[in-house]
Amino acid sequence: MLARMKQMMIKEVIQVLRDKRTRFILIGPPIIQMLVFGYAATFEIRHVATVVVDYDHSQESRDLISRFTSSPYFAVQRQLNNAAELSNLIDDGQATVGLQINAGFAQALRKGHAAPLQVIVDATNSNSALIAAGYITQIAGGYAEEYQQDRISRTAPQLAQVVPSIELEQRPWYNPNLSSRWFFIPGIIGSLTVVLVITLTAFGVVREREIGTLEQIMVTPIRPAEFILSKTLPFFVIGLFDVSLIAAVGSFWFQVPFRGHFSVLLLGSVLFLVCMLGVGLLISTVSSTQQQAMVTAFFFIMPTIVFSGFGFPISTMPQWLQYMTYASPLRYFLVVLRGTYLKGVGLDILWPQMAAMAGLGVGLLTIAILRFHKSLD
Amino acid sequence: MSWRRLWVMARKEVVQILRDPRSLAIVIVMPAILVILFGYGVSLDLKGLPVYVYDQDGSQQSQDLLKRFQSSEYFHVARVVKNYRELTRALDDGSAKMGIVMPWDFSEKLGAGGPIQIQALVDATDDNSANVLMGYTQGVVQEYSSEVQAEFLRHRGMAMQTAPIGVETRTWYNEDLESSAFIIPGVLALVMSVIGAFLTSLTIAREWERGTMEQLISTPVSASEIMFGKLVPYFVLGMGDTIVSALIAIYWFKVPFRGSFLALLASSAMFLVVVLAMGFFISVLAKGQFAASQIALLTTFLPAFLLSGFLFSIDQMPTVLQWITHIVPARYYVSVLKRIFLKGTPTAVLYGDLVPLAIFAVLLAVLATRSFHKRLA
Repeated sequence: MLARMKQMMIKEVIQVLRDKRTRFILIGPPIIQMLVFGYAATFEIRHVATVVVDYDHSQESRDLISRFTSSPYFAVQRQLNNAAELSNLIDDGQATVGLQINAGFAQALRKGHAAPLQVIVDATNSNSALIAAGYITQIAGGYAEEYQQDRISRTAPQLAQVVPSIELEQRPWYNPNLSSRWFFIPGIIGSLTVVLVITLTAFGVVREREIGTLEQIMVTPIRPAEFILSKTLPFFVIGLFDVSLIAAVGSFWFQVPFRGHFSVLLLGSVLFLVCMLGVGLLISTVSSTQQQAMVTAFFFIMPTIVFSGFGFPISTMPQWLQYMTYASPLRYFLVVLRGTYLKGVGLDILWPQMAAMAGLGVGLLTIAILRFHKSLD
Repeated sequence: MSWRRLWVMARKEVVQILRDPRSLAIVIVMPAILVILFGYGVSLDLKGLPVYVYDQDGSQQSQDLLKRFQSSEYFHVARVVKNYRELTRALDDGSAKMGIVMPWDFSEKLGAGGPIQIQALVDATDDNSANVLMGYTQGVVQEYSSEVQAEFLRHRGMAMQTAPIGVETRTWYNEDLESSAFIIPGVLALVMSVIGAFLTSLTIAREWERGTMEQLISTPVSASEIMFGKLVPYFVLGMGDTIVSALIAIYWFKVPFRGSFLALLASSAMFLVVVLAMGFFISVLAKGQFAASQIALLTTFLPAFLLSGFLFSIDQMPTVLQWITHIVPARYYVSVLKRIFLKGTPTAVLYGDLVPLAIFAVLLAVLATRSFHKRLA
């Protein structure tokens, strides 16, 4: 049995590595995608194009504007003379944020009344808009608080010492600089593996079927189980190789920390690869041409990635979709990836994810093998 | 070019598409699936994030503040814990996104005056959620703090405004900050990349692989007739898909549509020519179906996803990547889509995007024709 499988695997490896283009596809696209993703995928906002209209021309209004000028989040590009100009710039997309301070701002502040700051945000990108609005509130709030303290210490110095103030000390754990890259890169490792292993496996088997070599192999003494094993093992190894390759780019190029145990990640990767091989085989049993296999694979891959929490928290999805995410093996693998990379947690925390992947993997593989037998008859 | 031969070629292609139910399914169901997938699955509207509370003080005042968190829709106080260990564990295994720690002397200091520090431990693995979460928390605490101050000063005979600067934010174009309105218009570009490049590159690579392309060439049909005959049915399908996707977006997801429908059709037609030409070009260059489909995804789907401004703002990318986006046709198309849907930009202003798109369409069509002639020669 081992001898037969060895021969079969040698054939398989030769077949995959023979073609220059296929060789390239195993290495090129994963690295290119990793690099583009690593640089392009960010929800952070920096230097948002901002324009200002100041109708008040007071010390206070200038102070407040200077807080925005010195903030890394906003790039105050121009001081405008009227509000119409401001709306035009936002309409054209030349500015994302517009601040407007009306006449009477300083007077209201000095008297202890509420002084309004008008803000217009281009919310075409709702996420950036939300975050920018948050920063604006913080900056304005910070200024207001200091102004208040100033006022108290000028008018009632004895009270300034004792007035209570509550401060929030925020500690962003696991990702102290709030870097999007740290969040995305472990996720990319997972989703690239999905694409690569599913398509490779599905294609590998269907190709034989389409060309007719599957029948040729089946008339040899090799048994179906041996055939499946020796067909998938090389893809398993290739998958593991690609995971390591992309992970290396993440660690050495993008400097994402790895805080957990390597063995935990390895175990997670192995279980995850088993799931992906199962999906790939399953697709191959329901497809008779490569085109069908590719199209079916695409149908599998998109939901697997979108429902995994890859870029968007699962908790924001509608409830019925949240249930569906439990069927996505990537959902569990992402927890393992982020757990080992950023949180540095071990099996005592990640065992439910491991168990889920093991269960899904065995289930998928069994169904695939049973179906495969059938598709041979 | 003979219209009759072109017609026959196109009819052959249509018959071929109709005969393969799965390809037909992808063409018909794909737009719906992608729009629904992204419409529901991709959301950043955070709600009900699980928060753990560790109240060391346990006083009336500390409970008061905690109640404010409870009443916000963004937080969901999932549990009250008794020590740091439980808090750490909950953050580690992901059952809490944030832990709030109220200090021992909270109520004491509130009476005596002086600064008080509240701690917020935030799981920042997902930097975006963490950012939004910290913003809200900061807001709640700031508001409470200024109320406490005002109360304190009032008792001592000094009037004080609780919120000296009222930030009045207006979010234009997407007033309710709906993620779906931000994301769905761009999904059209993804749909077309799949239909146009991925599917056509597969079908045409198949003809090469099977040798049927040579058979076609030996007939009196000219090269351009073959090319156009193959692409016209996909063009019609792609336009149909655009309309279907737009209708789902407008009527199911209630994405506002404020621009001209004609501009939508014109820009979609141009982008469709771009992706069809690319798909054709790739299938001429790449040998197998596997290589062709992978390259098609890598050169059309991936840039449409990452470098078009679909999800990630281009102005937040590194400068080099920003330059690269200028040669990504999807960039112009997505920009047109977002402006037509959300901003209602008049068509005259859209030329800045429509002209580059048209140039790409012409260039790539010429390139595809040339390479096809060359391969035949």
